[in-house]
Amino acid sequence: MSEAVAVNPWVAFIYLIAGLCFILALRGLSSPESSRRGNRFGMVGMVLAVGTTLVTHKIASLPEIVVAMAIGGGIGFVVARRIQMTAMPQLVAAFHSLVGLAAVLVAIAAYANPGAFGILDLATGHIHQVSRIEMGLGIAIGAITFSGSVIAFLKLNGNMSGKPILLPARHVINLGTLALIVALIGYFLTDDALPVFAAITALSFVIGFLLIVPIGGADMPVVVSMLNSYSGWAAAAMGFTLHNTAMIITGALVGSSGAILSYIMCRAMNRSFISVIAGGFGTEAGASGGGAAIDRPWKRGSAEDAAFLMKQAEQVIIVPGYGMAVAQAQHALREMGDLLKKEGVRVKYAIHPVAGRMPGHMNVLLAEANVPYDEVFELEDINGEFAQTDVAFVIGANDVTNPAAKTDKSSPIYGMPVLDVEKAKTVLFVKRSMGGVGYAGVDNEVFYRDNTMMLLADAKKMVEEIVKAMG
Amino acid sequence: MDFVSVLSIFMLACCVGYYVVWSVTPALHTPLMSVTNAISSVIIVGALIASAAEGSTTSKWLGLAAVVLASVNIFGGFAVTERMLAMYKKKDRPAAK
Repeated sequence: MSEAVAVNPWVAFIYLIAGLCFILALRGLSSPESSRRGNRFGMVGMVLAVGTTLVTHKIASLPEIVVAMAIGGGIGFVVARRIQMTAMPQLVAAFHSLVGLAAVLVAIAAYANPGAFGILDLATGHIHQVSRIEMGLGIAIGAITFSGSVIAFLKLNGNMSGKPILLPARHVINLGTLALIVALIGYFLTDDALPVFAAITALSFVIGFLLIVPIGGADMPVVVSMLNSYSGWAAAAMGFTLHNTAMIITGALVGSSGAILSYIMCRAMNRSFISVIAGGFGTEAGASGGGAAIDRPWKRGSAEDAAFLMKQAEQVIIVPGYGMAVAQAQHALREMGDLLKKEGVRVKYAIHPVAGRMPGHMNVLLAEANVPYDEVFELEDINGEFAQTDVAFVIGANDVTNPAAKTDKSSPIYGMPVLDVEKAKTVLFVKRSMGGVGYAGVDNEVFYRDNTMMLLADAKKMVEEIVKAMG
Repeated sequence: MDFVSVLSIFMLACCVGYYVVWSVTPALHTPLMSVTNAISSVIIVGALIASAAEGSTTSKWLGLAAVVLASVNIFGGFAVTERMLAMYKKKDRPAAK
């Protein structure tokens, strides 16, 4: 009797339909044309899941629930409307933290009132043993997602330094804490006392914090993807507790989505997932990577030079990076692209998978600036074209263009796939100053090449000046 | 449902997720994250059960708090995804000669 929450097979069936809608939502994202229809499927699935729950449970407090949904929905809607596209990574991190916290609250609520969730063993008056494991996992993953996402948010939002913060003996502390959490969940199986449950929760909050603090800014694409994955596993664990197919399917989808994105990001940096999670990248690297190269000659160009070179070109490939996002240069960049197209120049955009602070970050910014998506190419699709390109225009990217990744075995970024900008006839490199090196702390040989012209200025200002010079 | 059938649904959904996510074009990875974010808020189902149930005031208020959080995500997540997807446009063919 206490076994199943959804007794009626029709109810289970509707939850299954909701799950299918969520699958279709992700399926839609295989191309921009079908993507909006996919998003609608997602909404339908959510309405089905929420509606079914409300209809099939004796609702003792409907007004309160409606008020709660209105408050949350209102906040969410306003934030979604107002947020700047450059701030998407922060927003996604913030949203992840909410999923994590909601999972924690639901798990505590289930602990406080197991009867309502159908997880109470009526014979013993205790929570079912299987449910204890599911709850323990749910609350642990939820808490890690919450505190980890809060740190990721603070780092991405600039409230906290993007530099890795390294505690002494952090690996020992982290592994110890994780082992303790696992042991406590095991112990929870034999004793469902409140202190055990509370300890699991508290330690999980702590480990989420400890795990993300040592990870630096440019590794954030991996972190954001990983937290995305965790929020899914948290939902799946709660789905197990409630025997709810919609939650299990969603959890599995989101969990694998985040895991695959993390994998893609790691591969794009040629780093193992473990080394990213261990953190501290870019702190020891400075010494090994060409520190003696400071006095090499380089050429400086002006906006007029750049405008002239590009107008003469047959094809220009623009390589945007995080610096473009920081400078909000995407709109000016599109204007420049339009002027070039008017001159009969072919304009393409090349995106490195880890450009920016989250997967696909650059694509969204370019889309925002009305750059048609069929002019935007991924690394594998465009890398062969640099050799036949007159001008490569690098704006706000650095490490992802560094040829040392192909040749220099001692370089910390050796083996990472890079964009072959140096093969273009001319490389225009927009950079704030010669002093700063990329995130990996490595000098970029492209700066000193004969075919490179450095455009030293704020990215947005430089592009605006080029646009003026073209007009 | 017994544990094994729940587990089978989970395993199969992981397989589906694996194939579906690999077919997502890299250009849409940011919307992918925001939409997965929105749908993972299906955890609201648990929050609703907690806030609807009688018997424990603690449980009810925790549930309501979770409903607020999950609603932020559901409405915010779908709305921001919709906003992003509306920006992805193809080249207007007539303009190019």
